[in-house]
Amino acid sequence: MAEGARRNLPPLSLHVPEPKFRPGDAVDYADFDRGEAGAVARPPIDADPATMREHSYSLVRVLDDEGRAVGPWDPRLEPERVVAMLRHMALTRAYDDRLYRAQRQGKTSFYMKCTGEEATSIAAAHALHRDDMCFPSYRQQGLLIARNWSLVDMMCQVYSNRADRLKGRQMPIMYSAKEASFFSISGNLATQYPQAVGFAMASAARGDTRIAAAWCGEGSTAEGDFHSACTFASVYRAPVILNVINNQWAISSFSGFAGAENTTFAARAIGYGIAGLRVDGNDALAVYAATEWAADRARANAGPTLIEFFTYRAEGHSTSDDPTKYRSAEENVKWPLGDPIARLKQHLILIGAWDEERHAAMDKEVAEQVRAAQKEAEAQGILADGLLQHPFETMFEDVFEEQPWHLKEQSRQMLDERKKAGI
Amino acid sequence: MSDKIVAPAEAGAAAAEGATQSPAAPASAGATDAAPTRPMNMIQAINSALDVMMGRDDNIVVMGEDVGFFGGVFKATEHLQAKYGKTRVFDTPITELGIIGVAVGMCTYGLRPVPEIQFADYIYPALDQLVSEAARLRYRSAGEYTAPMTVRSPFGGGIFGGQTHSQSPEGIFTHVAGLKTVVPSNPYDAKGLLIASIEDNDPVIFFEPKRIYNGPFDGHYDRPVTPWARHPLSAVPEGYYKIPLGKAAVVREGEAVTILCYGTMVHVATGVVADTGVDAEIIDLRTLVPLDIETIEASVKKTGRCVVVHEATKTSGFGAELSALVQERCFYALEAPVERVTGWDTPYPHSLEWAYFPGPVRLSRAIEKVLEA
Repeated sequence: MAEGARRNLPPLSLHVPEPKFRPGDAVDYADFDRGEAGAVARPPIDADPATMREHSYSLVRVLDDEGRAVGPWDPRLEPERVVAMLRHMALTRAYDDRLYRAQRQGKTSFYMKCTGEEATSIAAAHALHRDDMCFPSYRQQGLLIARNWSLVDMMCQVYSNRADRLKGRQMPIMYSAKEASFFSISGNLATQYPQAVGFAMASAARGDTRIAAAWCGEGSTAEGDFHSACTFASVYRAPVILNVINNQWAISSFSGFAGAENTTFAARAIGYGIAGLRVDGNDALAVYAATEWAADRARANAGPTLIEFFTYRAEGHSTSDDPTKYRSAEENVKWPLGDPIARLKQHLILIGAWDEERHAAMDKEVAEQVRAAQKEAEAQGILADGLLQHPFETMFEDVFEEQPWHLKEQSRQMLDERKKAGI
Repeated sequence: MSDKIVAPAEAGAAAAEGATQSPAAPASAGATDAAPTRPMNMIQAINSALDVMMGRDDNIVVMGEDVGFFGGVFKATEHLQAKYGKTRVFDTPITELGIIGVAVGMCTYGLRPVPEIQFADYIYPALDQLVSEAARLRYRSAGEYTAPMTVRSPFGGGIFGGQTHSQSPEGIFTHVAGLKTVVPSNPYDAKGLLIASIEDNDPVIFFEPKRIYNGPFDGHYDRPVTPWARHPLSAVPEGYYKIPLGKAAVVREGEAVTILCYGTMVHVATGVVADTGVDAEIIDLRTLVPLDIETIEASVKKTGRCVVVHEATKTSGFGAELSALVQERCFYALEAPVERVTGWDTPYPHSLEWAYFPGPVRLSRAIEKVLEA
């Protein structure tokens, strides 16, 4: 008993969350209620958030276990659109695999895959207009790929080489692509959330038609930025979609450290009085439908939407951690919502728009596409060789629009010192 | 930058080439669209700058706590909402990180927000958005995205604001690569510098010394306040003009010692020099980043002595940077060690405010000390 504690009162105890499964544990998801595909109602796009509370606790699902698209959220897409989404997801996975390997080969410093989460970026991008402004976290490479951005350009960024438009200033995967309406990625978490709201407010204030969308992980919903963003979005009814990618893990911390033991992330919307949806993030059709609903709502001046995409981070956080050290390897295998690519493929085959042969051919094509891009990117240099990097003095550029005297002086000093040292 | 200067009082070579003598009568200078002048205090000059710029550029929006209908707790944004509408001048939730984060997003859209942080003491929740986002955006995106915002915030003590309404956190921002930091000391400069800040394509932290909003306070807290109307720099052109960032003003030329100061301390220094008759050269830095190093260097090489004055705490304060620069560049011209007169390294106390404030007594002693050496 602590000194000073009162003898007639029970001692207090501190709850420290603990995930259900650790390395070596058998995984059982029996108590996870995923609900039935097609069971959740689709409210009108201008629904009062107060009538939508159940949507924060249920799970919007379109694809059932057989691959049928069922229920009111079925976006009823043309098969060509669904095939395009499948292809973008496969290309993203091939891209990730290739660059992960490049990092392991020592060609660059760092890499992050989005394996298992591809639908949350790609289906969302397909449901948005190309000039809707995206404020992503570092795991939305799928947005760029869905907007047909150049793989070579992305790889040059990962390699920090001479052709990297960002001049080797950013860690790998922290892309920036204004032409694709893709905001510069920050390594600080959830900072993009209020920024997305600010963009949406500006667009609304100017009577424009562009909306904004932001992505963050469930872990970073704990940041003040998330809550400030929700407050601003609610107060000004900003035309913005706030996506939370609940992939269950924030590096080694399970979602319980962001509050998942007590409520859902979609339910954060209820306190702010904004529309909340909780969606199967491994169901590309559900992701598309939810994003389309939220985009239509924003465009109708009916306000923001917070969407929790329930998914699973199938790989480590990045190349810098080993997930077998903190979670059970069985989690991924037994994940009750499956794999987004496998599920969309099953659906396309079921409706007769796809088959195993075409799928195998597509896998081969995307692998070849990535290989060719990698060859082209590596011709511009890799981080490891240090030969084809940007000139040293570029370090002092773009701090300000015009270089002030102290940066000119420091730039000269650095070059002089290197020269005198013979390097 | 000199090609963009439209400062009527400083037209000609002086403004373009280096430090400028603050004009005794700016109204007499030639520029057409800025004239005529009328007497303004600092608040009126700031309000006028916002009004002029909002009239010129639809992309400028003003936001912050209480800045809309009410016109701000210091009235700097008064009448702006009525004139420009609620989508250009609006109140915000009480979340400084939200205000700056939203401003970054507005910049991304193409607006030029001028957010107000009600007191500089409240700016810390916004540090991540300022330091890691606004300041770095141009660099990290190699120019694809920028953050041309001007963050206005009243700062400094002398109003019995205690530890949460008195601080001078400029040193936190001068330390950050990618931010400009501006501190005006009079109505004429406040308007011209604010217009230059709003037009600047980089993020600017614009600290307004609130103790001198209504008059050039010289540190003698026991004497009646002199209103701005009696000061020549309260004659402010009603139209557009700007004072370039990065140019100091030589407030008084002198041979015996150089006093480097900004904000309220310019008037404390002016008062001390008038009272003691010491032949000091007083330099009002006006912009801390980028700093007008040429003017500082030329002055200290001439006088051989230097006193640095600011209200912020001493350790790692901007005075340390000034002192180091003077030492690096003027070492062989120095006759005495550089003295720093600053706030003490404590939180700003409420009842002992005037013991904390680096006033005339402490500045006089420091000047004596460098002159004795």
